Amino acid sequence: MTATAYDLPDARGHFGPYGGVFVAETLIPALAELRDAYAAARCDAQFIDEFDYELKYYVGRPSPVYHARRLSDELGGARIFLKREDLNHTGAHKINNCIGQAMLARRMGKKRVIAETGAGQHGVAAATVAARYGMECVVYMGSEDVKRQAANVERMKLLGAAVAPVESGSRTLKDALNEAMRDWVTNVSTTFYIIGTVAGPHPYPTLVRDFQSVIGRECLVQMPELCGRQPDAVIACVGGGSNAIGIFHAYIPREEVRLIGVEAAGEGLETGRHAASLSAGHPGVLHGNRTYLLQDANGQIIETHSISAGLDYPGVGPEHAWLKDSGRAEYVTVTDAEALRAFHALCRLEGIIPALESSHAVAHALRIAPSMAKDKILLVNLSGRGDKDMHTVAEKSGIPF
Amino acid sequence: MSKIQATFERLQAQERRALIPFITAGDPDPELTVPLMHALVESGADIIELGVPFSDPMADGPTIQRASERALAKGVSLRRVLEMVANFRADNNETPVVLMGYANPIEAVGVDVFAAAAFDAGVDGVLVVDYPPEESAGFAQAMRANALDPIFLLAPTSTRERVAMVAELASGYVYYVSLKGVTGSAQLDVESVARRIPEIRAAVGVPVGVGFGIRDAQTAGAIARVADAVVVGSRIIEEIEQSPAGEVCARVKRLVADLRRGIDFRGQ
Repeated sequence: MTATAYDLPDARGHFGPYGGVFVAETLIPALAELRDAYAAARCDAQFIDEFDYELKYYVGRPSPVYHARRLSDELGGARIFLKREDLNHTGAHKINNCIGQAMLARRMGKKRVIAETGAGQHGVAAATVAARYGMECVVYMGSEDVKRQAANVERMKLLGAAVAPVESGSRTLKDALNEAMRDWVTNVSTTFYIIGTVAGPHPYPTLVRDFQSVIGRECLVQMPELCGRQPDAVIACVGGGSNAIGIFHAYIPREEVRLIGVEAAGEGLETGRHAASLSAGHPGVLHGNRTYLLQDANGQIIETHSISAGLDYPGVGPEHAWLKDSGRAEYVTVTDAEALRAFHALCRLEGIIPALESSHAVAHALRIAPSMAKDKILLVNLSGRGDKDMHTVAEKSGIPF
Repeated sequence: MSKIQATFERLQAQERRALIPFITAGDPDPELTVPLMHALVESGADIIELGVPFSDPMADGPTIQRASERALAKGVSLRRVLEMVANFRADNNETPVVLMGYANPIEAVGVDVFAAAAFDAGVDGVLVVDYPPEESAGFAQAMRANALDPIFLLAPTSTRERVAMVAELASGYVYYVSLKGVTGSAQLDVESVARRIPEIRAAVGVPVGVGFGIRDAQTAGAIARVADAVVVGSRIIEEIEQSPAGEVCARVKRLVADLRRGIDFRGQ
C-alpha cells in the first residue's frame, strides 16, 4: 500500500497556483485573526476532544457505511457502498463543519454568526449550531432561493435565525456570499462568518476541509471492517466541494484509490446551462480565492444551473482545482436527468431518499459499476437526504404532489 | 515622473489637496462616460478613478454594485473601458486616470497583456480591490514594467507590518479606507482618520488619499485638512442614479464643484 505525504496548503493558503487570500485590505485582519485562532485550536487537545464529543453525541457520528446490495445486484458489476452522511443530525454533512466553526467562534469570543446559503442546508446547519451554542445568527439567502426553498427558510426561523433575502446580482448563492462578506467586513469585531464550503479566502478551505475530513477517516476504518479492504474508487458530488474533500482527504495519500468528483452538468455541458466549474470553467479569482470559475470571455461570472441548488455555484474549492491539475482526482459530470434517474433508483431499490446533490454521485456509480468486475468496490458519499427536494422531484418527474 | 506624482507635486506647491471622484465606466450609459470624465475635470477633479464593472463586487456597497450592474447590462468589458480612457485622452492629456476594479476581468485578459494595453490607452494607475499586497508581486511588477502606478488600499485595521508591505509595492498614492465596511457606508470618524494618516504617510512615502463615507463638502473639507487627497464615489453614483437623462453631467458637475469648494475652503 502506498502512502505519499500530502501537506497542502502552504502557509499562505495556496494549493499550487490555487487558493490564497484575494480579498480587500479591510478583511485581511479578520482573516489573520481567524487563521491564528484556528492554528491554535487545531493543536489544542481540549478543542479536538470537544469537537469529537459533539460529532458523536450531537451529530450522531460515526455515520455508517452501507452496502447497497440490491442496487449493486441490479447493476451486476462493482459492489456499491454508501457513506451515510444523510443520517447526520440536520440531514447532511454540512453540520460537521458548522459545529467546528461555531466552536471556533465561541473560542474567539464572537457572539454573532452569519452564513450564506443556497438551498438552505448550510443555513439550517448554521442556525442549528447557533441555537446549540446560544449565538445570534443571520443567514443571507438570495431572494430567488428564498422563494424556491420556503421550507428551509421556515426551519431557520424556527431555530431562531434571521433570514436576510439578498436582492443583488442573480439573487442566488453567489450573491448571498457577497452579502455575507459585506456584513462581515462591517461587523468584524463581533461577528464570525461560517462559510459552508471549502472555498473562500485562506484559512476557510483548510479549516472546512479539516472539519469535514472526519468522513474519510471513518471510511478508512469502516471499509476494511465491512469488506476487508479499501474501495477501488471514492465518488462524491462537487459544488463548492466540501463533502467531496471530506471523503477524499484521508484517501489522497493512498494512490491506489481513485478519487472521482461529480459536477452538475445541468441540462448538458453543450447547452451552457450547467454548474461544472472544473470540467468547463477556467482559472480566475472569485470570493477570495483563485480557482476554476464559470465565466465569460470578459471575466464576468456567469449564472449557473443545476436541478440541485447545492451544486449551483460558479466556483469550486481551490483544493479540487489542485487535485484536478495534479491528476490525483478526476472530475466528471452528470446531468439533471441522470441525477433524477439515480434518485429514483436509490429510492426504490434501497429505500433511501437521497439529496439531489448526492444523487449526482450515485448516478456516476450507476454509470461505471456495470462494466466493472464483481470484486471491485465503489464507495459513494451520500452527502445528504432528499426530504428538501420533494417539490423539485415531483415537478421534474411529473408526479402530482 | 508619473502623471500621478506630478499632479500631487503641483498641488503640494499650491498647498492644495487632491479631489479624486470615482465613477463606474459605462454607468449609466457607455456613451456618457467620456463626457462625464471631462465634466469631472471641469468641476475640479485632479485625478479620476474609473471603476471597471464586475459581476461580483464583493467589497462594494449596494450603490456601486448597482452601477456595475447597469454598466454590465450595456455590455461594458475591460477592453471597452480602455477604449473610453483612450477617447478621454484625445482631449485631455493631463488628468491622471486610475482604474479601480476586481482581479478576475484583468486575469481574463492576462495581467501582462492588460498592463500593456492600459498603458497604451493612457491609464496611469490601477487599483485591484482583491489583490492585497501578499498576492500582488507579479501584478505590481507588470504595472511597473508598463509605467503604471499600482495603487493599494489600507484600512484602520491594517497593522504596521501591513503598512510596510504596501510601502514596498505602492507608487502614485495609497488609498486609506476611512472606516470598516463597504463603499457607501454611513459613518465617518474624521478624528480617527486624522490620528492614523501621519504614521501611514511617513511609512509609505507616497501621498495618502482617504475615501469611504465622504458625502458632502463639509466632510470632504474635514478630510482634506488631514489627508493628501479626498476620494468620493458612492455619493457621485447616487447623483448619477437620481439624475434625469440629459442632466447627468450638469448635476454631477454641480456636486463635484461643491466638494471642490469644501476641500479648498480655508476658513476656521
